[in-house]
Amino acid sequence: MQLLQLLISGVAQGCIYGLIALGFVLIYKATETVSFAQGDLMMVGAFAGLATMTWLGFPFWVAVPAAIVAMGVFGVLLERLVIRPILGQPAFSIVMLTIGVGYVLRGLITMIPDVGTDTHTMPVPYAGQVLQMGPLVVAAEQLVVIAFTTVLCLALFAMFKYSKLGIAMQASSQNQLAAYYMGIPVQSLNGLVWGLAAGVAAVAGLLLAPITFVHANMGFIGLKAFPAAVVGGFGSLPGAIVGGLVIGTVESLSGFYLPEGFKDIAPYIVVLLMLVLKPNGLFGEKLRKKV
Amino acid sequence: MRFIFKTQYEQDIALAKHGGHVFWYSLLALFLVAAPWVLAEYWLAQLTFVLIYAVVGLGLMLLAGFTGLFSMGHAAFLGVGAYTEAVMVNAGVPFPLALLSAGLFSAIAGVIVGLPALRVKGIYLGMATLSFGFIVEEGIARWEHMTGGNAGLSVNPPAMMGWTLDSTESFYFLCLVVAVGSTLAILNLLRSSTGRAFVAIRDSEISAQSMGIHLARYKTLSFALSAALAGIGGALYAHKIQFLSPDQFNIIQSIDLLLMVVIGGLGSVHGAFLGAIFLIVMPQLIAMGKDFLPAAIGGATGLQGTVYGIVLIAFVLFEPMGLYGRWLKVRTWFQLFPFYRRGMFKRQKSFQKSDRLK
Repeated sequence: MQLLQLLISGVAQGCIYGLIALGFVLIYKATETVSFAQGDLMMVGAFAGLATMTWLGFPFWVAVPAAIVAMGVFGVLLERLVIRPILGQPAFSIVMLTIGVGYVLRGLITMIPDVGTDTHTMPVPYAGQVLQMGPLVVAAEQLVVIAFTTVLCLALFAMFKYSKLGIAMQASSQNQLAAYYMGIPVQSLNGLVWGLAAGVAAVAGLLLAPITFVHANMGFIGLKAFPAAVVGGFGSLPGAIVGGLVIGTVESLSGFYLPEGFKDIAPYIVVLLMLVLKPNGLFGEKLRKKV
Repeated sequence: MRFIFKTQYEQDIALAKHGGHVFWYSLLALFLVAAPWVLAEYWLAQLTFVLIYAVVGLGLMLLAGFTGLFSMGHAAFLGVGAYTEAVMVNAGVPFPLALLSAGLFSAIAGVIVGLPALRVKGIYLGMATLSFGFIVEEGIARWEHMTGGNAGLSVNPPAMMGWTLDSTESFYFLCLVVAVGSTLAILNLLRSSTGRAFVAIRDSEISAQSMGIHLARYKTLSFALSAALAGIGGALYAHKIQFLSPDQFNIIQSIDLLLMVVIGGLGSVHGAFLGAIFLIVMPQLIAMGKDFLPAAIGGATGLQGTVYGIVLIAFVLFEPMGLYGRWLKVRTWFQLFPFYRRGMFKRQKSFQKSDRLK
């Protein structure tokens, strides 16, 4: 029973990792660049939710979509202003650029007087509720995380499978040039992908906020989502979620069964093992670079 | 415009290409030797930090700038070096021996990281080094009877055979000697076949392999040398800071080190030094600029991070060759005056090189 309890909390945590990893993978698939700003986008998303709920006074069900849409627009703008001028440069330049974006976002949030340096609780309607299922005790926050992630994944799956936009995104991520020749507006699609990634990050932030708290450094959790993305194989959307679940459960189990200190580094040990044994991840494609 | 008339093959690989180099570098050397008598104690300490970071930067430059392998966990090597030095010096081992062991242990750590790095590249390598960085940081925090854990560890001044370097000036000279030594070592390495193999690997792994360069051997070597320099830098850092705790070697430090080489200018030895100067001077400039800003902005805690981020974004967008690239442009402008054209350093339009086969 203890095991089941641990598994549930691990899965809930893993969903968060998976959602952030989903952002990495979306951006990686579309533009072959890795965004280190994803965790900070998540943090900004949580603050956006906080802002719409407390200062603007929106009711919960309006505030959440508003925050997500606002972050989506922010993502599109970010791509247009900062990322697009540099596309085509070595991948590492873009990595440094996104690290810079992360620094600026974190710094700017901290600079908001009276708000940025504090920790806040997100006023969600389901806060603190507990579900008693036989001997199992499950926090409502965790259930919401798992349920919401499932719904979001199904929605994304449907979008990529059936909608014209999703198919165009898939095409452009497989081969930009060919997609461009087919009349797909690759550049604006890249913008949309950044918007989508920022929106997903905002969802992750909003889901995580009731479990931890809202503060400027919550974005560092993004560093644990990297192992999730790598374990799943960097180019695979289902892989990101599965990788997140693997990392989340490993972390949760090692926190209980292994000596103190292993909880924080378990994800990294898993990812190192993965890189040595199966560098392309669970769902990654095996590819070789041409000269 | 200077034209160098070469009459000997040795001129191709000479460290000082012409009289101008000899003159300016002698002047720089003279200033550095005279610094303890010229500068105030505070600025001498800052200069010492610049030298220490430059040694670490040289290591990272060798790996990232010249071999094209990006390490996101370089602070781990710094940490291994710093703690090795601290533990050995506190145990009474003579200082030069401790410094060498710090380099050696870091190099061993570098080889350990380098081995998995042989199979992965690009972002996966970043992940591997990042993970290694976290594991080392946690390891330092947990190995309490050796490292003092999160409580920290204080470091004795460097000493050997009854001779202690405990004044700012003497420690500065130690750092100067180490920095000059490692710079010369790197310069020599880069003009040898090994250094050229590194650069070949950076430019194209497959071409390098076709030319008979043993990829695994050279990549591991690059990791080892880079880590060794980081370890030596870490050893000096330990003495300078005099108190070590695991959080000095976290991901932020690693990213700061990367920021240093990127802003200094990837692929140039000067870049390591310019980046180190940037890393040390920037916080001071921000502190000075605070007085001119309105209190709400100047007093905010996030100011430094924001400025760092903006500077980093600006460099990547507008000056990808870093501070050294900017200097090259200025120098060319003066040399060619009035014939400098805007397009001379224009970035080549490059199509995105896909890692995908399709």
